[in-house]
Amino acid sequence: MAAQGQAIDALSQFTLTPVLGVVGSSVNFTQANLFMVIAGALTIGMLVLGAKPRAIVPGRMQALAELAYENLLKMCTDQIGPEGRTYFPFVFTLFFFVLMGNLLGMLPFAFTYTSHIAVTMALAILVITVVTVVALRIHGLHFFSYFFPPGAPKALAPLIIPVEVISYLSRPLSLSVRLFANMVAGHVMLKVFATFVVMLAGAGTIGVIGAAAPLALNVILIGFEFLVAFLQAYVFAILTCIYLHDSVHLH
Amino acid sequence: MSEERDGTDRPRDVPQGASPKGTSFEDRLHAARRKQGLSAPRQGEEPEGRGVGLSPSQGSALGMGMRVGIELVSALVVAVAIGWFLDGWLGTRPLFLILFFLLGGAAGVANVWRLVSPQKPPGRTGSD
Repeated sequence: MAAQGQAIDALSQFTLTPVLGVVGSSVNFTQANLFMVIAGALTIGMLVLGAKPRAIVPGRMQALAELAYENLLKMCTDQIGPEGRTYFPFVFTLFFFVLMGNLLGMLPFAFTYTSHIAVTMALAILVITVVTVVALRIHGLHFFSYFFPPGAPKALAPLIIPVEVISYLSRPLSLSVRLFANMVAGHVMLKVFATFVVMLAGAGTIGVIGAAAPLALNVILIGFEFLVAFLQAYVFAILTCIYLHDSVHLH
Repeated sequence: MSEERDGTDRPRDVPQGASPKGTSFEDRLHAARRKQGLSAPRQGEEPEGRGVGLSPSQGSALGMGMRVGIELVSALVVAVAIGWFLDGWLGTRPLFLILFFLLGGAAGVANVWRLVSPQKPPGRTGSD
């Protein structure tokens, strides 16, 4: 253990620091906020640039924008039904906010704002609020029959209703923790193995040879992290769709 | 809509290499439209991607295990939080905590059941 002095510091990458000098620090504009703004600008830029050519045979940008639009629209209509078009802008925005957060975090020196439970929890609370309001608007007080599945014996109502209510309330928690935990775990793993590379390389010739293993692992992990970035954004969007389906159709 | 595609798609209806005349045009048209997502599935057919949860994202067993774990724990956490606040409000410290702990465990198992069950239980398929 030649590099005893260095400790593995895997969590400092998640600390928030104000950016943009005096202006930023006076309003607490951190790098998380900065990357949220960048994510929004990138998404809008992609769509505006993609929609500009209006070609019948799309170029690269237009194909990207059309693919994104059509796939998410298809997801909405598949999962929610024909009414899904109403909620398409909401799902589209959520998907791209999460996706851009995950992907921007893969750039060197960038910050992953989806790795903060505060951000993902806010998104999940937004989702559950929209879902509940939609259900109440469409079904009115009939919405509360959602907590008692039809056909269940009436005697079990005192047991089933609390369980269903807890199950409903646990949705935002599982939604937010899933995204948050995936992003944190991935970035911590990358940092830990990267620190191994540095520590082993500092331990002489044998260490340099040994450092090849965590380096190779990190290369694989980077690819895996890109997969996770897309997958978690997709999961977030499709779960939103499934919850919306439940609130539009009940049961 | 070529012959060999029909032959591989529905081996029970059409023997290999035979002409697809055996099935009605309506059936084949509906199957093709459904595959393209142009028409809604018929009554009783589950649309793809529903029921089993998330078909494309179930690639890794690790991801599935993580989802199950999160579903189990999150229900428990929510229930314990409700019990804790009810106790603090009513001044009956351990009572509601214990009650909601049990209910939360049941809700977690219900969550996991909803995640892994192949389709919705028969009682819940009827829409209203």
